[in-house]
Amino acid sequence: MSKSQNEAFARVVVASFASQLDPTIEELADIKTAVSEAVTNAIIHGYEDQKGTVLIECSIKDNEIEIIVEDHGKGIEDIEQARLPLYTSKPELERSGMGFTVMETFMDTVEVTSEQGVGTRVRMVKKFESR
Amino acid sequence: MHLNFEVINNTLVVRIDGELDHHTAEEIREDIDRKIDQHSVKNLLLDLQGMHFMDSSGIGLVIGRYKRLNKVGGQVAVVHMNNRIERIFKMSGLLNIVKKYDTKQQAIENL
Repeated sequence: MSKSQNEAFARVVVASFASQLDPTIEELADIKTAVSEAVTNAIIHGYEDQKGTVLIECSIKDNEIEIIVEDHGKGIEDIEQARLPLYTSKPELERSGMGFTVMETFMDTVEVTSEQGVGTRVRMVKKFESR
Repeated sequence: MHLNFEVINNTLVVRIDGELDHHTAEEIREDIDRKIDQHSVKNLLLDLQGMHFMDSSGIGLVIGRYKRLNKVGGQVAVVHMNNRIERIFKMSGLLNIVKKYDTKQQAIENL
């Protein structure tokens, strides 16, 4: 459910799943932060604080984790613009516009697909070096 | 999430214990703004020793308080910032407008 209380829940669940790869504390924090950004985007921008479902799918292959965060909200008009550091479509919210930049910094791959009126899908991959 | 407030001279010292995300940011922002009004302070010092998690919501929160206090000639500073939070601060250029100190006393003396 697209409630902001669930942001913490989402990152804890993904971090618990990732812990089987025996990540460092730093790697685990990277994942938590990236998930937090993606889920927050889905809630604020995808559903614009209306009710909706945020779907999170995680899988592990060798020493890599793949995390997909998906919403069926309004979609992103211009993905390239949305990914720019400091760009925000909602300046009135006192948000920094750094969400995608944070995801890109902490994850190895960040792919965004979106269709207006259909939804947005963020696919992130991170390789754990610790193993 | 728990906030602890203290006023020293012209500075509101806020210790944030817990996690700062989009969900908690709203409450933290309201509480800090209320205290700034109440005590008519000029500066804000954020003590982040007990902050276990912060995402980009924290950047928005800090920039917002900076804009507010900058208008009255005040400053925003942080103390006890861990490497991780520092990375997020640096990434957003926040350290250009917000000073970082190692100890609370050092911060208070320089604000």
